[in-house]
Amino acid sequence: MKSNRLSQVYASVLIDAVYQMRNYPITLVSNVLAPFSVLVLILLVSHGYLLSVSIEGALITSMISGGVNLQIDLSHMKNDFKLQDMLVSSPTSAFAYTLGMGVAALTNALPALAVLTVLSFIFIHATPLGALTVLCVFALMFAFSVALGFMLSTFSTDIQQNRAFVSILTIMLATIAPIYYPITYIPDAIRFLAYFSPATYAAEIAQNAIGHLQLSQLNLAVDWVVLVAVCFVLFVLAVKKSHWRDP
Amino acid sequence: MANTIECRNLTKRYGNEPPALADVTLSVETNGTFALLGRNGAGKTTLIRILATELAPTSGEASINGMDVLRDAKRIREQIAVMPQEARLVPWLTPRQTIYSYLLYRGFGRREAASKVSDALAKLGLGQYENVVNRRLSGGVKRRVLMSTILATEARILFVDEPTTGLDPLIRADLWKTLNELKKTHFIFLTTHYLEEAERLADKIGILENGRLLSLGTLDQLRSVVKYQVSIRIMHGASPFETKVGEVVRSADGSTQIFTTEEEADRLTEQLVREKKRFSIYPISLEDIFYYLVRKPIEEDTRRGPENGSVIHEEQ
Ligand SMILES: Nc1ncnc2c1ncn2[C@@H]1O[C@H](COP(=O)(O)OP(=O)(O)OP(=O)(O)O)[C@@H](O)[C@H]1O
Ligand SMILES: [Mg+2]
Repeated sequence: MKSNRLSQVYASVLIDAVYQMRNYPITLVSNVLAPFSVLVLILLVSHGYLLSVSIEGALITSMISGGVNLQIDLSHMKNDFKLQDMLVSSPTSAFAYTLGMGVAALTNALPALAVLTVLSFIFIHATPLGALTVLCVFALMFAFSVALGFMLSTFSTDIQQNRAFVSILTIMLATIAPIYYPITYIPDAIRFLAYFSPATYAAEIAQNAIGHLQLSQLNLAVDWVVLVAVCFVLFVLAVKKSHWRDP
Repeated sequence: MANTIECRNLTKRYGNEPPALADVTLSVETNGTFALLGRNGAGKTTLIRILATELAPTSGEASINGMDVLRDAKRIREQIAVMPQEARLVPWLTPRQTIYSYLLYRGFGRREAASKVSDALAKLGLGQYENVVNRRLSGGVKRRVLMSTILATEARILFVDEPTTGLDPLIRADLWKTLNELKKTHFIFLTTHYLEEAERLADKIGILENGRLLSLGTLDQLRSVVKYQVSIRIMHGASPFETKVGEVVRSADGSTQIFTTEEEADRLTEQLVREKKRFSIYPISLEDIFYYLVRKPIEEDTRRGPENGSVIHEEQ
């Protein structure tokens, strides 16, 4: 029989997004609220000054959450339901499954993304080129976090271990990176730490694109190179190291 | 070669543990039903997962109908469907959504997938649960929904790891009927702890113990491994009992089991009646063979390490 890849992608979206939201409408509410926790905090503390940066930050966070959530969901399906065993032993392609779960993660993030997009149209005044740049950065962040999420999920064997992966991932990506404020807010002495997170480079490019940060051309170029390189390496790693069949 | 499952010196080690499968060599025709038996931890699931291309072997080879589990995984996967021992239904789906999405994953188009669902559920009498969300179903119904999920596919080779665990006796008998019907068109590779189930369903039976294949053959072939054709079980509390012809096995529960010949059985029966012992007597069943084969190596193990096994080779 000829396998229909599109069907396979669609199946993941159904299981992990559509049916889930339909059965547990509460997930819809939580999906909308998710990115606002830090956003509101930053707004209050900065007396509104960081409004545009933090909206953008919330968008980047949504992208990163995509990957983190993907990792949680994939591990759940694999370890708790043994769904992955049923799929590995079937004509399902690992790529279509993962892509589908990625699209599902994006679908789950859509409500929040919609609200944030409306907010950015109102409060961020970016040039078309700036907007395009920002979109590219988001896409890269999403691809990056999905690759990372998939790879980690194939290693995880139970929910506790998975929890550890998730919290390290969150610290790496979201906590040490200056996503909701300019990097200049971080004291010089520890600023280098931020550069361990790929999200920092993404945030710099995005903040520069909406005029909240003035980076030199060289600095900007370095940011792009690092971001693309990290994505590339992660994809290669994800393809090479994750295992569909258990070793 | 072509229509068989072949394993050659198949070995699986998880980390530095002793091997879960040790040097298993077997050949089973891929039609009818094959039942794999063995105690907890014997390696049944490990073997199924290797054959079903879910798990890589450490060494050795395995193939299904001439397709190697490592090299030809893609082709194998088009022809098999697996019900894992520990699979659970995704709780927020309904049985219909469960089967439908699995069929989509297998590459069916949406219309075709949708049209197959009701049939599959009806096959196991699950029509009434079609749209009940999985988390509300009873354990046995959940298990049957999983079963109909793999029955809904085009796969002709089915691996079912303990399909009837947790089913009530009536439902189990129903499933046996379905499986017996199914084996006319499918090959069913099943594991079970219900020896009666293997006896009723299987054309061929394999017994694993400690990752080693103890025995492989038809029920009759297995019977011939046990030298004696009659089993007498004396209820617990009996004083030590001796027999000149046969073997005596004492269970942990205090009962005594004697495998013996028909003549010796007659003599023993008279003696037991005279001594007013409570006992039962019957021709040996798969259960007896299982006890006989599995207990022996355990007892020998404790004395002189794991050299054991009697593989019945099929006449070609
Ligand atoms: N993922 C794993 N990691 C480490 N050891 C494992 C793993 N899976 C199984 N084992 C070990 O391999 C051996 C065989 O296990 P397996 O699950 O194949 O047995 P089984 O015959 O299916 O048992 P049961 O009847 O209990 O299902 C056991 O000793 C088990 O502890
Ligand atoms: Mg098992």
